[in-house]
Amino acid sequence: MAGTALRGRLTWQVAKVSAVTVETASVRTLTLDVPHWPGHRAGQHLDIRLTDEDGYVAERSYSIASAPGEPVAITVERLDDGEVSPYLTDELRAGDDLELRGPIGGYFVWEPENGGPLLLLAGGSGIVPLRSILRHRERTGSAVPVRLLYSSRTLNDVIYRAELDQPASGVEVIHTLTRSQPPDWSGYARRVDAALLAEVAWTAAAMPLAYVCGPTSFVEAVSQALVQSGYPPQRVKTERFGATGGA
Amino acid sequence: MEAVDGNAIGGLLHEVFGTEMTDAASVCGSCGAARPVAELVVYLRAPGTVVRCRSCESVLMVFVTIHDRTCVDLLGLAALG
Amino acid sequence: MSPVSRGFHRRRQDPPEDAGRVPPGQYVTKDFPVLSAGPTPHTALDQWTFSIGRLGQQKTWSWTEFRALPAQDVTVDIHCVTKWSKLDTAWQGVSVDTLLDLAGHDGPFAMAHCDGGYTTNVPVADLTGGKAWVAYAYDGQPLAPEHGGPARLLVPHLYFWKSAKWVRSLELRDTNDPGFWENYGYHIYGDPWREQRYAGD
Repeated sequence: MAGTALRGRLTWQVAKVSAVTVETASVRTLTLDVPHWPGHRAGQHLDIRLTDEDGYVAERSYSIASAPGEPVAITVERLDDGEVSPYLTDELRAGDDLELRGPIGGYFVWEPENGGPLLLLAGGSGIVPLRSILRHRERTGSAVPVRLLYSSRTLNDVIYRAELDQPASGVEVIHTLTRSQPPDWSGYARRVDAALLAEVAWTAAAMPLAYVCGPTSFVEAVSQALVQSGYPPQRVKTERFGATGGA
Repeated sequence: MEAVDGNAIGGLLHEVFGTEMTDAASVCGSCGAARPVAELVVYLRAPGTVVRCRSCESVLMVFVTIHDRTCVDLLGLAALG
Repeated sequence: MSPVSRGFHRRRQDPPEDAGRVPPGQYVTKDFPVLSAGPTPHTALDQWTFSIGRLGQQKTWSWTEFRALPAQDVTVDIHCVTKWSKLDTAWQGVSVDTLLDLAGHDGPFAMAHCDGGYTTNVPVADLTGGKAWVAYAYDGQPLAPEHGGPARLLVPHLYFWKSAKWVRSLELRDTNDPGFWENYGYHIYGDPWREQRYAGD
């Protein structure tokens, strides 16, 4: 039964994996050919559904890594004890089917008319929807200033590293590496805390819009610190990925 | 198992309500706290999905899938939408 | 019917020698998954009490008093309604038989009340005769908060949602009122061997 994605209806449909890209040792981006894709907004996600031969079904959600107008892509981090993520990162290949529904989300989304300045805060795989926002900003020619603060365990865990090393005009990227740093590292080397935010974040007076995404503990700590520094709660959007940042 | 938030059940909510709900306004029936559905506290890995108020922890919504049918209880909410 | 995802398998299947110990529809896990309907409560031991009996006539113990009661070491298989089973789990706790004897009265049904507001109902006949404990140690260690510590109910012959975490009292009643999950459609009794997951099964 083919799922026809009428605008407004959310139905399951079968997509094809068109490419698998290695981002880091444990992270892959899957580019998808989705026959009835209605388009998406930056920051949205999709749900995928896997079915085994016994009829067992597993469902998970993944943020869309690509901008509106680009081919649909998701970025998946392999969790060692995961049931679904190792399949997506290690088994799936170009030409395979993948059942999905989407796009989903009306809260953690950004359009140029939402303005800024934008403060994007990523913990681990929380970078994925924020990368969609960055690409959308660039593709639309928006001049909204952006600061991205990206927390990773090590430099080798930084997803989209080459892309983020060449940010678009008006985008500042600040990394912090929490577990280990290269010998010549002069950047931040600790978990994001109030002091780090005080140095990096736009001041509350600038009326910024913040998007915080990553593991639940990261999102709680960072969003609370921002609100305590004067950001109105309704200007801090949050998306929590759970303990390990994915599935 | 750490909690997530209402973003994680966007698909489930769309299935149940027929429309995007993560940016819908919710009001807690116990403490009156108002916030978008996306900011509610969600426990996914239980015998069902439990959605709680971020302010007072009261149960707002419970989703249980029984033999391929999803049942939803919204009695903890004062308002939704 | 959804297409089969090439190469996708659920978690590893059980070796055949476990087969007789695994109820229908379950798979064996070596992990101990943590499932929760709410935040983990943290009750200080000097605030913790456990009570049993009918409302208004309950016998109550402090932590120190409870830990002084005769306890048992038991090794049991446990079965979660979300389909995982864990074999040979080792617990230490006080038998509900002991608690009921000390309380001095009984009733046909019990409602477990827990920190955080969780409840579940169990017939008293399923809590007696060496079938249930209030357990405070798992695998030789004090029971971790994420697994129900300081103490949880342990009723291994029923689905594990009946083994209520963070238990604080067993209230004896004349009616088999549904607890938290039972109210939302789960089976009022929950026998894994008859696969009683949902009401009407």
